[in-house]
Order: sequence, then C-alpha cells, then structure tokens
Amino acid sequence: MYPQVLFQNRKPDRIATLEEYRKSGGYEAITESLKNRSHKDIQEILLESDLLGRGGAAFPAGRKIMTVSDDAPYPRYVICNADEMEPGTFKDRVLIHADPHMLIEGMLIAGYAARAEKGIIFIRPEYENAARILEREIGLAEEAGFLGENILGSDYSFSIDVHRSGGRYICGEVTAQLNALEGKRPNPKQPPPYPTEKGLWGKPTVTQNVETLCCMPHILRNGAQWFKDLALTEAGAGTKIYCVSGKVNRPGCYELPMGVKLSEIIEEHAGGMKNGAEFKACLPGGASTRFLSREHYHIPMDFNSLREAGHRLGTAAIMVFDEDTCMVAATLNLLEFFARESCGWCTPCREGVPYLKDLMWRIEHGQGEEKFLSMLRKQSKYLWISYCAFAPGAMSPVEGLLNDFEDEVMAHIRQKRCPFKGGE
Amino acid sequence: MLPTEIKESLTRRIETASHPPELAVDVMFAIQDHYGWLTDEAMEEAGAILGMDPLKLEELATFYTFLYREPVGKYVIHLCDSVICWMDGYESLRDHIARKLGIGMGETTPDGLFTLLPVCCIGYCDRSPAMLINKKVYGFLTPEKIDAIFEKLRTEAQSTERGTAEAPHE
Repeated sequence: MYPQVLFQNRKPDRIATLEEYRKSGGYEAITESLKNRSHKDIQEILLESDLLGRGGAAFPAGRKIMTVSDDAPYPRYVICNADEMEPGTFKDRVLIHADPHMLIEGMLIAGYAARAEKGIIFIRPEYENAARILEREIGLAEEAGFLGENILGSDYSFSIDVHRSGGRYICGEVTAQLNALEGKRPNPKQPPPYPTEKGLWGKPTVTQNVETLCCMPHILRNGAQWFKDLALTEAGAGTKIYCVSGKVNRPGCYELPMGVKLSEIIEEHAGGMKNGAEFKACLPGGASTRFLSREHYHIPMDFNSLREAGHRLGTAAIMVFDEDTCMVAATLNLLEFFARESCGWCTPCREGVPYLKDLMWRIEHGQGEEKFLSMLRKQSKYLWISYCAFAPGAMSPVEGLLNDFEDEVMAHIRQKRCPFKGGE
Repeated sequence: MLPTEIKESLTRRIETASHPPELAVDVMFAIQDHYGWLTDEAMEEAGAILGMDPLKLEELATFYTFLYREPVGKYVIHLCDSVICWMDGYESLRDHIARKLGIGMGETTPDGLFTLLPVCCIGYCDRSPAMLINKKVYGFLTPEKIDAIFEKLRTEAQSTERGTAEAPHE
C-alpha cells in the first residue's frame, strides 16, 4: 500500500468533515504560514517541490504564481479550475467529494502566495452535488475563521465563491474560462498578456487545477523534499490521482506515487483487464493525448517519462482499450466529441476537425480510400496553427492511430468495412 | 412574466455583486428553472435584470449545453456519448431509449415529459454507461434500469400534477 496523501480522509460513503480534516493536520499549513512565512517563502517552497499542474498542461505551479509581479495591481484572483471536462477524467469530482477542505486550504495557500483576496471555483454543471458541497463547506470554513477578513488574526483576507458553468468543454481552457466568468462567449484569448498579468477583469489571475491546489497544504506542512520523495521516479514529484476507466475490472480513482508503471496500475490497482481480455492500448491522460500501445505497457506514468516517449500524461485519465475494441471507431468517437465541442472561434479548428471526423467516419463505414491516410496526416498539421490547444489536442488520438494502428486503418480500407463488426 | 420574488432575489444578488456579468449564467439558469426553457420573453427579462444586451446573452444561451433556447420536457435526459460510455454500450442504450420513448436525439415526447439530448463525457466513467436526468446522475445503465427510472419519473410527474409536493432534487 502506497502512502495516501490527497485521499487520506477518503471514505466510501461520505465526505470528510471540517473536524476530520483538521484532525489529520488540516489548516495547519495556512495557520503556520500566516504566522511565520512570507508569500515569497511559499512561492519558493512550491517551486522547489516541482509541483506540476495536474489539469493537463503540467506547468510548474510555483512558477505560475511567481509570474504575478510584486507591484501588480489589486484585486488579484485565484481561480480553481473544477471544470473537469476532459473525457475520461473524474478525479477532481472524487477529490471534492472526499475532502473539500483540502481544496479550500489549497486555495488559501495559493491566494496567500499570490497576495490575492478573491478565490473563485469554476465548476461544470454536471457536478452540481460537488458545487453544493463546496458552498456548504466554504460557509463552515468562514465560521471557523479560515476564510473572510483578517484570517486567524493576520492581515490577510480571502473569500471564495463557487461559479457554475453553463457547460462546454472549452471553458476548461484558462483564457476561455476568464471570458466565461466575465459573462462573455467563452472563446480562448491568445496571450500576451498572460492571465497572471491581466486576467479576470484585467487583474492578475492565477488559475490552478483542483488536484494541484490539494497538493499545496501537504507540501507546506511536510516540505518540498518530502513531496519529491513521494514519487518513484527521479524526475517525478508527489503522488498522482490516476483515474482508470474502460476495459478494466475496477474502474476508479487511485492515488499512487508519480511514476508508477502503467502495467501495475492496470493489473494491481484497477483489477486487471475485464474478462481476461488483452490490453491493446490506452489513452494515458484524457482524449487529448495519443494512444499508448502495448510496447509502452510498462512505462513509468509521470510527466517526464511520457514526454520522452513522445506522449503526454495530460490529466492521467487512463482509458483502457482491449483487443476487441476498434481503434478507428474509438478515434471516430473522439473526433465526434471534438467536432461538437469546438467553440468555433478559429477556422482551422471549426472547419478542420469536422473534416477529419468525416474522413474517419468514411473509413469506419467502409468508404475509406488509401489516400485518406495522407489527407489525414496533412490536415492534422494545419490544426496546429489554431488559436488554442484544443485542435492540437483533437489531433493527438488521430496521430496516435496513424502511428501505431495503421494496419487497422488499412484493414478497414481494404475490406471496405469495419473488421471488428460481424459480417454484413 | 417572472414572479416578483424571483425577480427581486436575482436583483438583490446583482446589486451586491462586484461584477454583475459574472452572474449571467446563474440568472439564466434561475429563469430557465421557472419557465422550463429560455423563451424570448425570458431572454428580455434576463437582459433587463443583468443590465446586459439580450443579444450578448443570446450568444451564451445558444452556446452552453445546459441552457435551453427551445422548449424541453419536464425531464431532460443527457445520455453520455463519449468514448468510455460508447465502449460500454452507449449505442444500444440510445436505441433502447429512442424505442421506449418513441423519440430521436434532440426530440421531446408528445406528453412533454422527456427530452433526449446528447452530452459529452459527464465525468462518471467509473460508473459507465451513464446519463444525467435534470443533472442527476444515473450510472451502470442497463435497458431494465432505464425502464425502471422512466417508470419512477412518470409516477413522480403524475403525483406532482395531482398536487403532491415534488421531492427536492438530490
């Protein structure tokens, strides 16, 4: 059994209370910090801990806060991105339902480090229960003196609001989310200026993912080196909530050391392959990552190892496919998702993704031609010039398909049907 | 016309907000809860309450998955069609619901009870295949389970019509 940090108070049937969180050392980090640490100290500790953003982009959390300059104007904002809409990802929901005060303390710490006075939790409408839990627990934290004016007798004040989204994938993109908060159509904005300079309402804004924020109280309490040592790999740091789904016996969220092997996650923690099937591939970190094929079955699951192998850990949402799953059909499903969720703001994404979806639909339905492969490759290159990371994300499974499963694509084209479906 | 108490409570929230446009979606949700969907009149009212151009709100109302600019049934079914649910039988469940209710995707039953809409990954891949009905999640779906849920909702709708108090949402 590996150490449980973020899940230390997780229970099968209910959320951890404020008292339970405090009993496990909760709110000690912020209490101690307000007394004895400057906001610069906290920035340094977070940077030293190598905490990388858990929302998919893996940006160093400490460095992001440091980009808020000392003379930046007020009010400053900390936004918790709980708009978890990457397919296959549900760790943030589980974290909020397990121990909501861990997130509240994480926001307090990020807020103190950025000298921000206002926190906003941006949450998807599908997580209405989580939104209500947070509103209730924020109220309890206020009563206990952890939120509000002059927290614990210090000169620091911080409040948190919950903001419900209307529900669209693009709202998870940081700059689109700022537009959404301002009551505008959530199109992404291209930096500069970066949000930490001019974000919400033109003021410095630090956006962090739920899981990233949840790590912060533990790092401050136990030290940067302790956090780094939690990982199994040299380049990794901390634990990671891996959310496993698809063709495994026990889909769910597992907190494991960063760098644990993919094979171990599937076989030991997620209960192995369903019906004894054979592992064919997985998406290692949501729909915007490339398929990891059998050759990477024992890869250490950390940001660095995957990058070196030409992949991305993304949100560590591991979606597992077995030998009976058609990779063309799976990719078509992913493209249907991206085509529908494209915000339509820029042309390469709005026009390009449906075009690729159409080609993939024809291949899956026996109308594919050999030249489609080069068309897909050519078109996917154009999508890299789109406005935000959405279209390149949409291309990742397509590139993975063409790279590792070209045989399967060709079988569709030659047989003029999907080889995984019974004869017609 | 929006009842005075709804209008007043929304106006109060806006008066205390530092940036009223932040409440645009919240206000539309509240008004939608009252009318069932965002009628033309509702859009005008939302604009007046927020002090925003209704055309700006139109951009949002037509963009977001959970804001309805067309009439929907009492129960809005969002059946997840992303990759995990797809792998776990989405297509056959979709066909089952369509047969059972006699409607296709995007349609409402003639009795105004159910609307079937597609939705991307709802974040319940650990309980796939899954769906939301009025934002409440139902997982590990089977045709039998779906039948039972519909039956329960039908009974619930009948008892509300007869004046029994509606159970609050979970």
